[in-house]
Amino acid sequence: MINQYFQRKYIIGGIILLAGLVLLFRLFYLQVVNSSYKLSAENNSKREVIQYPARGLMYDRNGTLLVSNQAAYDVMLTPGQLDAFDTISFIKILGISLADVRSGIKKAKEYSSFAPSVFMKQVSGEIASVLQEQLYKFPGFFVQTRTLRKYPRNIAAHLMGYVGEVDKNIIGNNPYYQMGDYIGISGVEKRYEEILRGVKGKKNYLVDVHSRITGSYQGGRFDVPAKIGKDITLTIDADLQEYGESLMKNFTGSIVAIEPSSGEMLCMVSTPSYPPDLLVGRGLSHNFNSLSSDTLNPLFNRAIAASYPPGSTFKLINALVGLQEKVITPATEFGCQSGYAFKGQFLGCHSHRSPLDLREGIQNSCNSYFVNVFRRIMEDPKFGSTDQAFNNWRKHLLSFGLGNTLNSDLSGELKGFIPKDEYYNKYYGKDHWNFLTIRSLAIGQGELGVTPLQMANLTSAIANQGYYITPHVLKAVIGEESIDPAYLERHYTSIDTTYFPIVIDGMELAVNGGAGSTAGRAKIEGIVVCGKTGTAENPHGEDHSIFIAFAPRENPKIAIAVYIENGGFGGTWAAPVASLMIEKYLTREVKRKYLEDYIYNAEIKRK
Amino acid sequence: MRRGNIIANLDWITIMLYLLLVIMGWLNIFSAVYSEGHPSILDINQRYGKQFIWILAAIIMAIAIVLIDHRFYEFFGYILYGTAILILLAVLVAGKEINGSKSWFALGGFQIQPSEFAKPAVALALAKYLSTFNINSKKFSTLLKVGIIIFLPSLLILLQPDTGSALVFFAFVLPVYREGFSGAILIGMFALALLFILVLVSNELVLLASIIALGFIAYWLMVKSFKNLILAVLIFIAFFFISLGASYLFGNSLEYYPAALISMVLSIITYLILAYIHRIRKVGILMLVVAATVFYTFAVNYSFDHFLSDYQQRRVNIMLGIQSDPLGAGYNVNQSMIAIGSGGVVGKGFLQGTQTKLNFVPEQSTDFIFCTVGEEWGFLGTTIVIILFLYLFIRLITLAELQKEKFARVFGYGLVSVMFLHFFINIAMTIGLFPVVGIPLPFFSYGGSSLWAFTIFLFIFLRLDAGRKE
Ligand SMILES: [Zn+2]
Repeated sequence: MINQYFQRKYIIGGIILLAGLVLLFRLFYLQVVNSSYKLSAENNSKREVIQYPARGLMYDRNGTLLVSNQAAYDVMLTPGQLDAFDTISFIKILGISLADVRSGIKKAKEYSSFAPSVFMKQVSGEIASVLQEQLYKFPGFFVQTRTLRKYPRNIAAHLMGYVGEVDKNIIGNNPYYQMGDYIGISGVEKRYEEILRGVKGKKNYLVDVHSRITGSYQGGRFDVPAKIGKDITLTIDADLQEYGESLMKNFTGSIVAIEPSSGEMLCMVSTPSYPPDLLVGRGLSHNFNSLSSDTLNPLFNRAIAASYPPGSTFKLINALVGLQEKVITPATEFGCQSGYAFKGQFLGCHSHRSPLDLREGIQNSCNSYFVNVFRRIMEDPKFGSTDQAFNNWRKHLLSFGLGNTLNSDLSGELKGFIPKDEYYNKYYGKDHWNFLTIRSLAIGQGELGVTPLQMANLTSAIANQGYYITPHVLKAVIGEESIDPAYLERHYTSIDTTYFPIVIDGMELAVNGGAGSTAGRAKIEGIVVCGKTGTAENPHGEDHSIFIAFAPRENPKIAIAVYIENGGFGGTWAAPVASLMIEKYLTREVKRKYLEDYIYNAEIKRK
Repeated sequence: MRRGNIIANLDWITIMLYLLLVIMGWLNIFSAVYSEGHPSILDINQRYGKQFIWILAAIIMAIAIVLIDHRFYEFFGYILYGTAILILLAVLVAGKEINGSKSWFALGGFQIQPSEFAKPAVALALAKYLSTFNINSKKFSTLLKVGIIIFLPSLLILLQPDTGSALVFFAFVLPVYREGFSGAILIGMFALALLFILVLVSNELVLLASIIALGFIAYWLMVKSFKNLILAVLIFIAFFFISLGASYLFGNSLEYYPAALISMVLSIITYLILAYIHRIRKVGILMLVVAATVFYTFAVNYSFDHFLSDYQQRRVNIMLGIQSDPLGAGYNVNQSMIAIGSGGVVGKGFLQGTQTKLNFVPEQSTDFIFCTVGEEWGFLGTTIVIILFLYLFIRLITLAELQKEKFARVFGYGLVSVMFLHFFINIAMTIGLFPVVGIPLPFFSYGGSSLWAFTIFLFIFLRLDAGRKE
């Protein structure tokens, strides 16, 4: 009785089977009978074309174009759309061999069969346009436009850095980048990558079986416009940079110049260098390899990554510390008989009149004078021990930005080296060392490491009479209001402003004091240059020539540090180079052709 | 079979079919959204990896369901139904709106769609009600209660709005029909559902013309008099041309729709008078049905226009394929048909489908997963999938008929019917036989809610079936 309607299961089952049959008939029609859908599918291919934004340009502080862009054309291949094609005319257009085609296709297939990959990099504009016209013959291939760097002035390679293709490592760490993309590898290109690169966009096209674009995919719904990179202005003076590079062409070394009032770097020269256009485009990897195997190491940026003892330039710091700690006054005199003798130890000096006061000590760069100053600093009764006096001295040094990276906007800055008391405790044992043990620090030799950038910054701090602004190379992002506030902040040294004029007097005398002045070659008619020579002892060969200076004395516009490896005494090569740079920057032209010739004809044995 | 051995008592043919379909679905999801950066099918950052997790969870659910006593489901039938209604109300208030529909609860990282789970709940309540002692299928109050059980959740889902899911509840008419209710209900419901879609999809005039034509056919079937039919048609045509002429004379334009409506009303009055004179009683009822149908079309149109916001209307329209996308109506279906059609007899092979891979087909891993089957496995693959489903349905009907308990039988029919309607509508829409209402293909489509709900639905029935043997 309960189940009297059981026969209705046939009706229900029948409905289900009938519906199933309807679906099967329809599918049979779509998939087997009607072939038009197959054709539609073939015509229905999507091609995603990445829109590469132009990379931002770079200008120098006067608006001179330093870096621009040029078009390059990559031949791309989507293996999934590949079909039999006219190989003969293909290899003729591209000028490659059949084996190249085979290996290129194989490589692209290994990468992906649906995503396009680079088949041939950076073909010429002519080849690209011929290929573009005949593209219908080569299904799966297309031409993608990219931009490469171009250097109208071909200078400042280390500073600007270069742009290269991303590697697997970068792709793995940052999803923005894809195979074949470009990225700033070093220098400003690397540091300001995100500002310069802009943001990639993409366009989606429908292409038919012959790889011809038939329209935009889904009405461009998924297209993303590219955002163009921002242009930037650097603090560099292109003319000064170029001049510096020409002066240094015979030397190994570097020049760093800073505008003291702003911390803006006016030039940064490191030699040997290379023309930046070597590292562009197809020649990049070959040229890079030959540059990196060069024994003179032209890829190495000495200005920020090489550290040397500061030599006699360091006497300025010791003078300032002595004044600040009140262990000497400007009138304090010390005698010198061609050197300093104490407990059987002797430190030589050149011959000059004796005794000297502080200003004259700087002018003559007297070793004896500064060993005496250093002794007073280290034996200062305020402090219980040499240890404590040393630590206090070290603290003053750090306030000038020594012993640590300055956090400029250049990557690869070296820290340099200012020893800690532990260093000597470990070496000699606690309380087993005194001023005599470390006397070479008095004249900037021994266990000290300072980079040319730190040296220029120190000069800038003296020029400003007590503070510096972190050196930087980005002046402005065009179209944006301000730069990083870290590059506006004043960093005060631990020395009172009142002590600086005394030391600056000494620097002025060193250049302009006549007899006994160690840097007479740096003198410029009509400009008060204040400077100090230095010679860094080099255990491997001829000493390094050092000169730091700023000018003019009132309202300084430029602070500069010059290092010339194996250049010997600081006054010989470094001082005239610095002087020419100052003249060039302040007057825009160099009148002292004899001095220029002297530099251009220099011959130094590089080690 | 031994008593109490639940594993032996389960219907393993059904379970095997279930597992086969789930795995085929998973492989097709893998193919549909395959990304070269993530080649592992178990990569949980991709849909295929997630689906794997959901499959594992579904199997755990299935085991849990089987371990519960079979009387539990009958005993708690109404309570589970009530809970489902409460959750459907809650989702209208606190649900997360995705694509204009408030159909989802966001729980942590993933979303749950309560409407999927309402289907087994309705089956439980309906089975419980129909299996009460001494139920009279001829009484109007019984019919009303059945209607409320089925269409209350459907109505709540329509408010989300999720037209596709709401439509699926019409499937429950099949178990009701099986239990001895009048066949007219089956036809009526089918007609209502069809009409509901037609009202939204097609042009008013075509609809009215269809109703009138159906009215004439019904009349001929009832009266079996060709002469009377001709007369009736002539009367209508006469009224129609008079109305049309009047609209042209007074309004200076040909207003087909009002003319058809007016002529219909005039014809009905004429027929009723004639029927009264010739004592043909059946005509009265027929006229009533025709008038009610026309009224129903107005009601659906009216509520659509007045109760739904513009935004919701647009969503429903998009779902029905009226306003599919900027490229014009039917883009999705056209792309879907190209994908399936391009598969040919044997398909392009696993992971070789270009249409689904290049995103020509929308919702390729969810509602349009059948495209991947069609493109990569061809007619061979689609036939196998359809045959597997049909085999599953027939198997379930056979099992349902074996039940001693009416509760289990009704529940089983509920399961078959809902699954069948999903299967039919989903595939039919991918091949252009049905408007695009977004409902998933059971066991195939990507998504936890659908898979879990159908797993729960199926395994409750298998548990009931195993209980029969205890
Ligand atoms: Zn001396």
